[in-house]
Amino acid sequence: MSRDATATRPPSLAAIAARGGPPPAIDRPVKIQAEGLNFYYGGTRALEDISIRIHSNVVTAFIGPSGCGKSTFLRTLNRMNDIIPGTCAEGKVLVDGVDIYKPGVDVVELRRRVGMVFQKSNPFPKSVFDNVAYGLRINGMAGSHSELAARVEESLRQAALWDEVKDRLHDSALAMSGGQQQRLCIARALAVRPDILLMDEPASALDPIATQRIEELVYDLKTTYTILIVTHNMQQAARVSDYTAFFWLGRLIEYDRTEKMFTAPAETLTEDYVTGRFG
Amino acid sequence: MNATARRRALDLLFQLLAMLILCLALGSLAALVATVWSDGADRLSWDFLTGFPSRRAEDAGIWHALAGSMFVILTTGGLAVPIGVASAIYLEEYGTRSLSARIIEFNITNLAAVPSIIYGLLGLWLFVRVMAMGRSVLAGASTLALLVLPVVILSTREALRAVPSSIRESSYALGATKWQTVWHQVLPVALPGILTGVILALSRAIGETAPLISIGALTFVAFAPDSLWSPFTVLPIQIFNWVSRPQLAFQANAAAAILVLLALLLTMNAAAIWLRDRYQKKLV
Ligand SMILES: Nc1ncnc2c1ncn2[C@@H]1O[C@H](COP(=O)(O)OP(=O)(O)OP(=O)(O)O)[C@@H](O)[C@H]1O
Ligand SMILES: [Mg+2]
Repeated sequence: MSRDATATRPPSLAAIAARGGPPPAIDRPVKIQAEGLNFYYGGTRALEDISIRIHSNVVTAFIGPSGCGKSTFLRTLNRMNDIIPGTCAEGKVLVDGVDIYKPGVDVVELRRRVGMVFQKSNPFPKSVFDNVAYGLRINGMAGSHSELAARVEESLRQAALWDEVKDRLHDSALAMSGGQQQRLCIARALAVRPDILLMDEPASALDPIATQRIEELVYDLKTTYTILIVTHNMQQAARVSDYTAFFWLGRLIEYDRTEKMFTAPAETLTEDYVTGRFG
Repeated sequence: MNATARRRALDLLFQLLAMLILCLALGSLAALVATVWSDGADRLSWDFLTGFPSRRAEDAGIWHALAGSMFVILTTGGLAVPIGVASAIYLEEYGTRSLSARIIEFNITNLAAVPSIIYGLLGLWLFVRVMAMGRSVLAGASTLALLVLPVVILSTREALRAVPSSIRESSYALGATKWQTVWHQVLPVALPGILTGVILALSRAIGETAPLISIGALTFVAFAPDSLWSPFTVLPIQIFNWVSRPQLAFQANAAAAILVLLALLLTMNAAAIWLRDRYQKKLV
């Protein structure tokens, strides 16, 4: 089937701006709000005028072709991009109503509240226990050793990893399988009790069973956390998320309830992407 | 001859050339060690190691110089390692982007190539005279610390730079401060590299003679130093001293002392390798 080349042209900026305004109807409070967010790596603009409202205690999926800015957007929400030299963010990002790019914001505390699971799993070259305990220790979140051990266990259970590692807590984390390492990174992020969890393709390197575990985990966690998840897997986005945002070339093309995004998207571009015609 | 055959021949030729050069280098080293061994091995004994200088060559020992070398090197390490590692952490983790940090780095690279005698003259002026340390262990160690500081800083920077940035990122993402990240995550990973650099720098310092002679360590010292303020001598100076005597017996002493110095160096290098492997094993 041949499609007209104009079909993949992005919608007008005015149309996008109009949509960024009113969020899809929902009864949950707004947890994260971006307004006119631009992001630059040196001279190149990776995010263009993003406006979005993300609701508390729901799962929001971010989809879009490789290089469209999904990871970059996630990383603006806990200011992880600050570490990369020569980057700059413009516009506003409000978390719980507070602009996190305002001078005087405590970035360290922000990052504790906005946890992150990276695209590539990256456990510390330490034991399983120490990986999870690290965040608790540095944030002074566990007074005694028994409290520490209890919270490490709780986090590992939440990440559906406890049964597999309970006998090897003091082995190196690097000796575990890729899927176990990824769940360890999730446990590590959960241990410091963030209220927002950013997950950048948490299941990209996992087999179907491990992927299913993570999806169940995401489903369970949304009662306590606000979850943002990047995925390249459309079925996964459809299964786990309540809302879906579609990015294309650094722009937010469409953002709506997941059912709507996958059944009756407003934009042809979204439709082409979710039905696998490009990307 | 077709192209493939020519390539093979060239490859072989290069291999042979490389082997030849390696043999030449190792051969001359072996010859050197062999001569020293044949000259000095007979003198090696417990009495030689624990003895003190004497006018009669066969009674002379090297304990004063051996103890001096070890004391000076430990003090040098005690001074150069904390300062060097801290400077490298500052340059690599805190100040990389600033212009001043870049200027400093450029200068450190240059300092690493300054002849050691210049450090000796600086030490003579700064430590011996201005800071009035006299010709003490402390003055000698401070001079050597200056000498090895650039090497310690540069190798520590290399080690820090080799730490994957994903480790820093995941630490920051958990709400760690910069210092917590450096202390708990970056330093442990960089430690083997830092240790190797430090020990190699100290092995360089232990063989140094010129800067210590220029601060006046060539005077006759007949006892082992017992405090930072004691006058001292070190093995290379003792060797220099004995070599400059006409009597053959003293030449034998010098050869034996060279063997002891070599053994000390090998021990330090072996320690560097052992420490590095031990920490690497712990990490993986
Ligand atoms: N550290 C960086 N320095 C410079 N440019 C970068 C950097 N990281 C990302 N970019 C650029 O920013 C754009 C968006 O990248 P980003 O990683 O956000 O994409 P993504 O949507 O997460 O892609 P993927 O699905 O492949 O992970 C890309 O064009 C990329 O080349
Ligand atoms: Mg990405």
